[in-house]
Amino acid sequence: MAAVNPVSGAIAGVQKWINDRAPGLDAAYRKHISEYMAPKNFNLWYFFGSLAMLVLVNQIVTGIFLTMHYKPSATEAFHSVEYLMRDVDWGWLIRYMHSTGASFFFIVVYLHMYRALIYGSYQKPRELVWVIGVAIFLVLMAEAFLGYVLPWGQMSFWGAQVITSLFGAIPFVGESLVEWIRGDYVIADATLNRFFALHVIALPLVLLLLVVLHLGALHEVGSNNPDGVDIKKHKGPDGRPLDGIPFHPYYTIKDLFGAGFFLTLFFFVIFFAPLFGGKFLEYDNFIPANPMVTPEHIKPVWYFTPYYAMLRAVPDKLGGVIVMGSAVLILFVLPWLDRAPVRSHRYRPLLAKLILAGFVVAFVYLGYAGYQPASPGLTLLAQIATVYYFAFFIFMPWWSKLGHFKPVPERVTMHD
Amino acid sequence: MTKFFATMALALAAPVAFGAAGKFPTEAAANNIGDQASLQRGAALFMNYCASCHSAEMIRFSRIARDLGLSEEQVMKNLNLVGAKFQDTLQVAMTREDAATWLGAAPPDLTLTARAKHEGADWIYTYLKSFYVDEARPIGWNNPLLPGASMPHVLWEYQGVQRVVTEPRQKDAQGRDLPCRKGEVGNACFVRFEIAQPGLMDPEEYSVAIRDISNFMEYIAEPAVMERRRWGIWVVLFLAFFTFLAWLLKAEYWRDVH
Repeated sequence: MAAVNPVSGAIAGVQKWINDRAPGLDAAYRKHISEYMAPKNFNLWYFFGSLAMLVLVNQIVTGIFLTMHYKPSATEAFHSVEYLMRDVDWGWLIRYMHSTGASFFFIVVYLHMYRALIYGSYQKPRELVWVIGVAIFLVLMAEAFLGYVLPWGQMSFWGAQVITSLFGAIPFVGESLVEWIRGDYVIADATLNRFFALHVIALPLVLLLLVVLHLGALHEVGSNNPDGVDIKKHKGPDGRPLDGIPFHPYYTIKDLFGAGFFLTLFFFVIFFAPLFGGKFLEYDNFIPANPMVTPEHIKPVWYFTPYYAMLRAVPDKLGGVIVMGSAVLILFVLPWLDRAPVRSHRYRPLLAKLILAGFVVAFVYLGYAGYQPASPGLTLLAQIATVYYFAFFIFMPWWSKLGHFKPVPERVTMHD
Repeated sequence: MTKFFATMALALAAPVAFGAAGKFPTEAAANNIGDQASLQRGAALFMNYCASCHSAEMIRFSRIARDLGLSEEQVMKNLNLVGAKFQDTLQVAMTREDAATWLGAAPPDLTLTARAKHEGADWIYTYLKSFYVDEARPIGWNNPLLPGASMPHVLWEYQGVQRVVTEPRQKDAQGRDLPCRKGEVGNACFVRFEIAQPGLMDPEEYSVAIRDISNFMEYIAEPAVMERRRWGIWVVLFLAFFTFLAWLLKAEYWRDVH
């Protein structure tokens, strides 16, 4: 009898024991990891999905440690954060990882969404993947807003004041709704307490569930790719797509490299520019919340500024709230607005590329405008950009069909 | 790919362009948080001239000792002038109510001042340099960086007594005020400060003294700053090396993908 390595023998024994009792586990591993066939031509844009997962894990793990020291009370919150920054070993690192993680989350998610936009990843049959993704974006925005309130600095307080008051614009129920959300007539201890509950329990649970659904929906239909071709059309004798490679080990290893690159940048910011010039942690938020003193210029963190600029671009409060809300909600119907015969922008006409470039410019400009104190010139440009943002979607059923489309290759192409 | 980097650059550059032009410009403090001697001098000045009215209630004497390379004895003898315990934070003896009665407003806590201003230590440096005599103020002093502040010039002995020289605002053809070139003082434009009565220090020595205070205040705003920079370089180098290894691994695994 051949000698059996006792270690591998033990591992095989445990595997068999588990498989006998949970036969689905191995099948799930094969379906989602080792035999999930991903197109081999993913480029740089395809790192951001796994990076978003990495940041999510970072937020959860650092968040758990933050809750061990944070006190969700109006009198103690600010000082408990500073206590963590000063008197808890490595507390400053935990806090910076969480605060920098929030900003990097949005960087990664915005780029991930832009990837879907340029390669038509939301088109049939991936509408559900996209719709769940937009839901994640929406929950993420709520989660970020709630977390931003917790340090209880001036910007936390006044930001919460402004955002919750937006609900007051809703006719009839507005005022009661605001009071119900705040749990008080003004932003106060009760508000902080419930925002803490929502931030650390409610929304993370929703977020995790949605992420599972997002991946589940993706793995049912398979990943899109930069060429937007369907890799399942050409299969080898083994039934596997010729242009597909198993997610593990190919993309796990590739994403490991992506994660390393990302973490190098991430920790560079954490260790050498954690405030990021007042963009990631704002100067005014180092002043404890004071209901008696209104800051000169109340503005949200950078990742909300495009939508904040849209809110300000509309002179009417209710109108502004509707525009801001619609700007996010319109993303849900994107799959049904795009009527292009191809997925990827590689094979779309120049016109479509220019319209998309204009959209990027409008969005980035709105982000810039939302950061500045309002001025007439700025507001006019923000209004133009807002109109462009909506026109991009509303007229997409028409402009997406126009122009001369290049022929889409049968098989994927390798560029880098 | 080009578009990718262009998008990244745009997304990052857009908010950086922000920067409000202050009514009175700040001067670079040119302080160095790694200069321990400067921090020690700054701590002594802070304790003698700031800490009797201002608290710094989020920093402990023991932490200052550790980070500034001082012994417990040195700190308790030279820096702790209020009889606090070594583990205590920097508190003031007067209550906020008393302070408000005596001074018009309770002096703010100074722990995070350097972080709460976007100019950081430069703001403190410029502020301490810009007190001038103003008979119109009840306290006799004013400061263009914080007009109408109720704080007197506590370092006047060292700097001497300054007067401000201003010029009327220029107007354009339509009679509108033009912006001041060197900052605003009240409704006029700033020209320069003049020493009306010299202090114990010459301007150069005084600049060093307030640079030290600004440096110390930047430190107390974030005591972790030293640890952060010390560890940061190793963490980033490790991750860069890890990324390089991961890239080699990826190249090896992907050799058969064409």
